[in-house]
Amino acid sequence: MSAFSAIGEEREIDREEFTPTLEPQATWCPGCGDFGVLKALKQAMPEIGRNPDEVLLVTGIGCSGKLNSYFESYGYHSIHGRSLPISRAAKLANPELEVIAAGGDGDGYGIGGNHFMHTARENHDMTYIVFNNEIFGLTKGQTSPTSPKGHKSKTQPHGSAKDPVRPLSLALTSGASYIARTAAVNPNQAKEILVEAMQHDGFAHVDFLTQCPTWNKDARQYVPYTDINEADEYEHDPTDRDAAAAMASEAEQALYEGEVLTGRFYVDSDRPSYSEEKQAIGEMPEEPLAERYFDDDYEWERTHDLLLDRHK
Amino acid sequence: MTDHELMWRIAGGSGDGIASTSQNFAKALMRAGLHVFTHRHYPSRIRGGHTYTEVRAKPEPVRSRGDGFNCLLALGDSFARNPQEDAYYGDEEVKPLAENLDELNEGGVIVYDTGLLDSDDIPNFEQRVEENNWHVYPLNLREIARDHGREVMRNTAGVGATAALLGIDLQYFEELMAESMPEKILEPNIEILHYTHDLVEEEFEFTHDLQVPEGSHDEEQVLLSGSDTIAYGALDEGCRFIAGYPMTPWTEVFTIMSQALPEVGGISEQVEDEIAAAALAMGASHAGVKSMSGSSGGGFALMSEPLGLAEMSETPVVLVEAMRAGPSTGLPTKPEQADLEHVLYTSQGDSNRVVLAPGTVAEAYEQSRLAFQLAYGYNIPVILLYDQKLGGELMNVPASHFDREPNPDLGAVTTEEELEDAPHGPGGKFHRYRYDAEDGVSPRSIPGQKGGHFLVTGNEHNPAGHIDEDPTNRVTQMERRMSKLDGVREFLDDKNTQTHMGPEEADYGLITFGSQQGTVREAVDRLNEAGHSVKGIGVSDMMPYPVEEMTAFLESVDEALVVEMNASGQFRGLTQKELGRFGDKLSSLLKYNGEPFEPAEIVAGFEASIEGQDVPDQQTTYVPAAGD
Ligand SMILES: Cc1ncc(C[n+]2csc(CCOP(=O)(O)OP(=O)(O)O)c2C)c(N)n1
Ligand code: SF4
Ligand SMILES: [Mg+2]
Repeated sequence: MSAFSAIGEEREIDREEFTPTLEPQATWCPGCGDFGVLKALKQAMPEIGRNPDEVLLVTGIGCSGKLNSYFESYGYHSIHGRSLPISRAAKLANPELEVIAAGGDGDGYGIGGNHFMHTARENHDMTYIVFNNEIFGLTKGQTSPTSPKGHKSKTQPHGSAKDPVRPLSLALTSGASYIARTAAVNPNQAKEILVEAMQHDGFAHVDFLTQCPTWNKDARQYVPYTDINEADEYEHDPTDRDAAAAMASEAEQALYEGEVLTGRFYVDSDRPSYSEEKQAIGEMPEEPLAERYFDDDYEWERTHDLLLDRHK
Repeated sequence: MTDHELMWRIAGGSGDGIASTSQNFAKALMRAGLHVFTHRHYPSRIRGGHTYTEVRAKPEPVRSRGDGFNCLLALGDSFARNPQEDAYYGDEEVKPLAENLDELNEGGVIVYDTGLLDSDDIPNFEQRVEENNWHVYPLNLREIARDHGREVMRNTAGVGATAALLGIDLQYFEELMAESMPEKILEPNIEILHYTHDLVEEEFEFTHDLQVPEGSHDEEQVLLSGSDTIAYGALDEGCRFIAGYPMTPWTEVFTIMSQALPEVGGISEQVEDEIAAAALAMGASHAGVKSMSGSSGGGFALMSEPLGLAEMSETPVVLVEAMRAGPSTGLPTKPEQADLEHVLYTSQGDSNRVVLAPGTVAEAYEQSRLAFQLAYGYNIPVILLYDQKLGGELMNVPASHFDREPNPDLGAVTTEEELEDAPHGPGGKFHRYRYDAEDGVSPRSIPGQKGGHFLVTGNEHNPAGHIDEDPTNRVTQMERRMSKLDGVREFLDDKNTQTHMGPEEADYGLITFGSQQGTVREAVDRLNEAGHSVKGIGVSDMMPYPVEEMTAFLESVDEALVVEMNASGQFRGLTQKELGRFGDKLSSLLKYNGEPFEPAEIVAGFEASIEGQDVPDQQTTYVPAAGD
């Protein structure tokens, strides 16, 4: 019998279960794209049939990092850039949890960039939502890794001399097996993509365009957008890796030219998840490790029996 | 000369197999009934560079390296890059012979490999041999090995020669070889062992007196290092997850765990950096698995921010810190105890952690276990602080020391049943951070438990975990978290983690922490034998500090000398800070040249200190008490 009876509980789930009843009310600015992520995530939950007690939502620091303050589930509001190493270990400890990591573009593509690359490479079975507002929101509007070249801010008074990070291409080269971009202004697509991302067995990266009307006034509201999988001019097939590379590159460029290309860029359903890879080489147990500590019948190994002989 | 102890040093180049040969040598002597202790010295290089390991063996327990040594097996550095005298780092080829002579005691025995070493290359060799009454046995070990097997087997030839000279039964070496070597190389090795042994007996007239002492054990012994026992303590506490990034000397614990964990259905992760490593250990722990990570100085510095999050979020985790000489890359393979302040205070805000510094190989096992009990019992990060010396030294310990029950208890957690009756906030959040928790320890729920969801945050938070900046909430939560250390202090008081040495009453005190304990113990014994009145204490609890025990100790002596391997007297500083007095009683004996103390250095430092003289040895530094 599982010590975690919330997991796999068969019942109807209402999206309101994920809404705190009284406080805290979201403190984001009016018109902030972050509301769109929260809403889409709540809508996606009943569709994947998960309840608040079996979801672990790990966030970084930023306006985006407040997501789990306004979302009822197990939450871990961590430190700037470190949501991925915390969340992916939780998934290894208990693969039956629904594990989601989330944070800003500064959080995920800047300070936490190394973890992004490696978590994607390892293909952990989890979802990573990056609130991409092309700005440091919480610290009041500095240039971020995705801000366009030439972006002026108080800390870059002459405009950024750097080319922005290319998040979709980075995810692809790093090894993410599901890569999508959506926008807060596109709630239906956003919800669908989140459902797919959570159902995907591998590392699902969602670059979520979230407008920041407070600090990024001249930035677009990410409308109008084009769905690359549906629009006649693209009809992008996300299972084609070469096409995905070209499409990602085009979308990254287009964003800075005022065109918002969204949808699924890459989906590889065949690649085994990291847990599967580790289990295949005998480096991870089949049963969730977390269960073992609640199993009174488990015979815990002793080094005295197991390892001492070699020292005699 | 009739030493009743053997201090055998095998010297060669990095890559010459010094470590494995010396390990087998120590084990052979342990099996022969002796107590053994090893001290290793190696450069931060894969190939070449002078390296040695000392094996000290005697019938009584050995807890430290000795003063100098009395038998040298010099193999020659077969990887020397530039065997010329005027080379930048000197002629490395002859170093295994040349560089060890300064510390070889009078009357000592020398075996050297004439296949690579020429005594003519060593300045004044003949004269020094005569002056020091050394007994020299030159042998072409290389040629012997080549003729009967392969050149790399020259270590075996050297061991055979040593055994002949010191009267060690070859049977112990044969058994060890048979246990570890595949058939193909076993045969020639055994042949070389016997051939050299017999050759030495036939060819040489022995002029030395040194013989291996006789001894016997009354119970079965095992030979382990501090890295072994730290890892084994973790495993016996049910630790089944480790994340890390290689860095000397922490890599040893990481390696041992990574090899053992798959065998017990655990998980080891080598990850992108140490920030990730600490964060992974916390993530796995949060999800309900006993977890650890660790590093050495530089890597541990990267763990600062996750460590602070563990304190604030009360996520239990054990981090080990294997000190090496700093600052920065420092002396990567040499011991020092200069990261004490670093691990005590690193990360923003008031420290809220436990720091334990075990003193011996056996203690490292116990305190590794305690580290997990405290981390999970109090939902607090615990740091196990040790150094390259303790991590790498091998010592015999009774096998029965490890014959204990495993303890997989997850500590202060809820069950689903308990969650049903536990307080919850609006929206259904479990009150993970209750104001009224007993001893300040508010149990955590584990993700997946029904009715257990709550928010963890590095921000100040209210009982449900929500960000809360209300001043009263702040003070309440701060005080609750800080109060956990009072419980920890009581818990540790029951465990006798400090080690007392020497007589109960004495005029003087010797104080140390961590890995210098065994050496200080030997110094305390020698000082008392020499007629001084000295007692000693090896302190393990760095945080929370054992205030009562140390106050009593310091009140009972007139003066105390604090022995530590760093340049700024960090442990002495901590002691004064924690006790708020005794500045006029405490003086320091410091060493930071990359080598641990020898007992004689402490004896000399102590004698100089009570006579108000300078320390005779320039490798150690004496700092007088305040007001002196
Ligand atoms: C180690 C560290 N450095 C800096 C900060 C300050 N800081 C907080 S949020 C943030 C950037 C936020 O930008 P982003 O990640 O894009 O999130 P957003 O607020 O835009 O959602 C910074 C620099 C911090 N909390 N921690
Ligand atoms: S500053 Fe920008 S990102 Fe932050 S809450 Fe306001 S609108 Fe949203
Ligand atoms: Mg941002």
